[in-house]
Amino acid sequence: MTIEELDQIAEATRAEYAKYDHEINVCMGTGCLSQHSDQLKDALAKAVTAQGKNTFVRRTGCMGLCAAGPLVLVDPEETLYQQCKAGHADAIVSSLGGEPVAELQCDLREHFEQQVHVVLENSGHIDPEKIDDYIARDGYRALVNVLTEMTPNEVIQQITESGLRGRGGGGYPTGLKWGTVAKAGGDLKYVICNGDEGDPGAFMDRSVLESDPQRVVEGMAIAAYAVGASKGYVYVRAEYPLAVSRLANCLRDARRRGLLGNNICNTPFNFDVEIRLGAGAFVCGEETALIASIEGKRGQPKPRPPYPAVSGLWGKPTLINNVETFANIAPIIRKGGKWFASMGSERSKGTKVFALTGKITNTGLVEVPMGMKLRDIIEGIGGGVPDGHTFKAVQTGGPSGGCLPAELLDIGVSYDALVKVGAMMGSGGMIVMDDTSCMVNVARFFIEFCMTESCGKCIPCRAGTAQMHGILTRICAGHGTMADLDVLVDLCATVKETSLCGLGMTAPNPVLSTLKYFENEYIDHIVHKRCPAGVCNIQAPATASPLEVLA
Amino acid sequence: MSPSVDVKTLTIDGQEVSARAGQTILEVAREHNIDIPTLCHLDGLSDVGACRLCVVEIKGNNKLFPACVTTVFEGMEVTTVTERLQKHRKTILELLFAERNHICSVCVSNGHCELQTLGQQQGVTHVSLPYRNPALPVDASHERFTLDHNRCILCTRCVRVCAEIEGAHIWDVMGRGIDSMIISDLNQPWGESACTRCGKCVQVCPTGALFDKSKVGSDHPKYPDFLPYLNLMREAQ
Repeated sequence: MTIEELDQIAEATRAEYAKYDHEINVCMGTGCLSQHSDQLKDALAKAVTAQGKNTFVRRTGCMGLCAAGPLVLVDPEETLYQQCKAGHADAIVSSLGGEPVAELQCDLREHFEQQVHVVLENSGHIDPEKIDDYIARDGYRALVNVLTEMTPNEVIQQITESGLRGRGGGGYPTGLKWGTVAKAGGDLKYVICNGDEGDPGAFMDRSVLESDPQRVVEGMAIAAYAVGASKGYVYVRAEYPLAVSRLANCLRDARRRGLLGNNICNTPFNFDVEIRLGAGAFVCGEETALIASIEGKRGQPKPRPPYPAVSGLWGKPTLINNVETFANIAPIIRKGGKWFASMGSERSKGTKVFALTGKITNTGLVEVPMGMKLRDIIEGIGGGVPDGHTFKAVQTGGPSGGCLPAELLDIGVSYDALVKVGAMMGSGGMIVMDDTSCMVNVARFFIEFCMTESCGKCIPCRAGTAQMHGILTRICAGHGTMADLDVLVDLCATVKETSLCGLGMTAPNPVLSTLKYFENEYIDHIVHKRCPAGVCNIQAPATASPLEVLA
Repeated sequence: MSPSVDVKTLTIDGQEVSARAGQTILEVAREHNIDIPTLCHLDGLSDVGACRLCVVEIKGNNKLFPACVTTVFEGMEVTTVTERLQKHRKTILELLFAERNHICSVCVSNGHCELQTLGQQQGVTHVSLPYRNPALPVDASHERFTLDHNRCILCTRCVRVCAEIEGAHIWDVMGRGIDSMIISDLNQPWGESACTRCGKCVQVCPTGALFDKSKVGSDHPKYPDFLPYLNLMREAQ
């Protein structure tokens, strides 16, 4: 494969689509599929044939606005329709070339205009199961360019210059990680893509794998060339069947096109990728546990160092990056590290995909430049809290993150700013809560999650989270005491500081952040025996006698 | 000492010590009679860094490091006893005592239990956390030994000694988090497993979770010291 051959494929694909007057893109991500967008697509195709329109109906990945699904985008007019059912197909097709169907039209300019799509640039525009669609939008140019024009060091330098940091949550500088693996000795190295997205309310990686899997594979291949690896693994959760099947399909196509395999682009570079399915353990998102799982062992973390960059999969130097990190690689190589570094904030460059969920109008996937204020994301792009309720807190970073109150909505999202206020970027889940959410109960929920997902290897995480869960359950039931809060804080410190891996080290964050910003709710539960949000079922205390009231 | 040995100089609790590159803080500390409490560590077995009792402070870093798996570097300044460390160690021990049913007075290991000894050393006079009192089984299906899950602290010494030294690997861990359990084979009764009846797991068990049926009451000391000797003799061969 050469750049010329890529151009030919791209030209041919574009010419093929140019034959049509219109293109109807139907979202077939998991969210819209659950609303039968597959039937909608069939109905649209049938209507096009019946009405004799010169129109192409395309299956695409996620368009982002999951709350309004199933979504249909008509090109070239860029008319977006929301909540389409198979019954609307005739109306949509007959409106082509004329006035759009008013009652289905989705007019959310403020939602889309404030976003910057880098990772999601192809999502909703290409068929995720057609490699030529990806190539037609500059796909694989970066890989071919890297293999034919650049040295591994130049690649790493571009990534370092871009300031890209790991998108899985930790925020470790990607260029630095690649450099370490590249320097590690040995002729056998591995590249692993971490797609074990387990945070409640997070679906960024799933959407990227479902909507644009080729981009992840291209990023992995570039990484493999840069660090000198010849074998890659994508570790995906088995709970993501659509992502897995689209990824498998994408790997097959890439091999057929000679973009994976031996002597890629007639260079000595060999690289192939295998899929490994996770069995549903949250802790397997931790890199050493993930490696153990790929090796077929019990998914338990190991003490680091040695870091996987030195001794990882089967003891070989291994590069592990998140799905979203790999998805950023191709655009960085195509447009240069400086372009990427021009977006974002001081120490967090580029864009970040967030999954907006919870009590928010525009539930779905958004991609914004780093440094954007939380308020702009939640109230602007997200459309704020629906049904006249008031905003109470936003939970970022899943079970490792923290709950931030309304006063902190004006901080910009970046790795360091969020850690400073006791939350965490995490992989990008953003759960919005309104006045119907009880913060004590929220803390209890997240600790319960960590308790059941703890691997059980180290004592603080295994037994500490269980004790914390017991205390929070007691407080929620109205049986807590003020002394419980002190015990809770002490336990948080021990679990946070002595746990073996990231799961335990961050597990107390939801408790600590709710204690810090919503202590009054804890006191309401303990002292006044009431739950301000009306979530917890607290039995009313037996009526006190007048003497007790006086006392 | 051959001239090619890479020597590192460091301080542990203010005491200047020298060590070979690649040694762990724990090894060096014990060579110099500096006591760091451990539970999952055992000389002769691989280290897993699971009990977190051996965490120490290293100057210049706010994180805590498990001494059993952290290797020394030149100029390292280690502190093994601070108020913060002692508080964490006490909390970890309390978590263990409250996790399962550790009732010393009726335990076969009363008087020679590593958990009990550590509790005394670290000043755990009482357990402030609520006892979880889980209902756990006792596996007495083996003709010579008994596994009492109530006393198990999941240190995985038995798992490691069976896999690494005996080479049978009949022990492993099942379940997750607080529900983790030691199992023999694929969760079959111990007596029906492929156990070689060597008894090494019983000797290395720090508590009364694994014990010999032929002993009565608390007359049950354990002798895990055979391990380093066994390893030494194997290496010599």
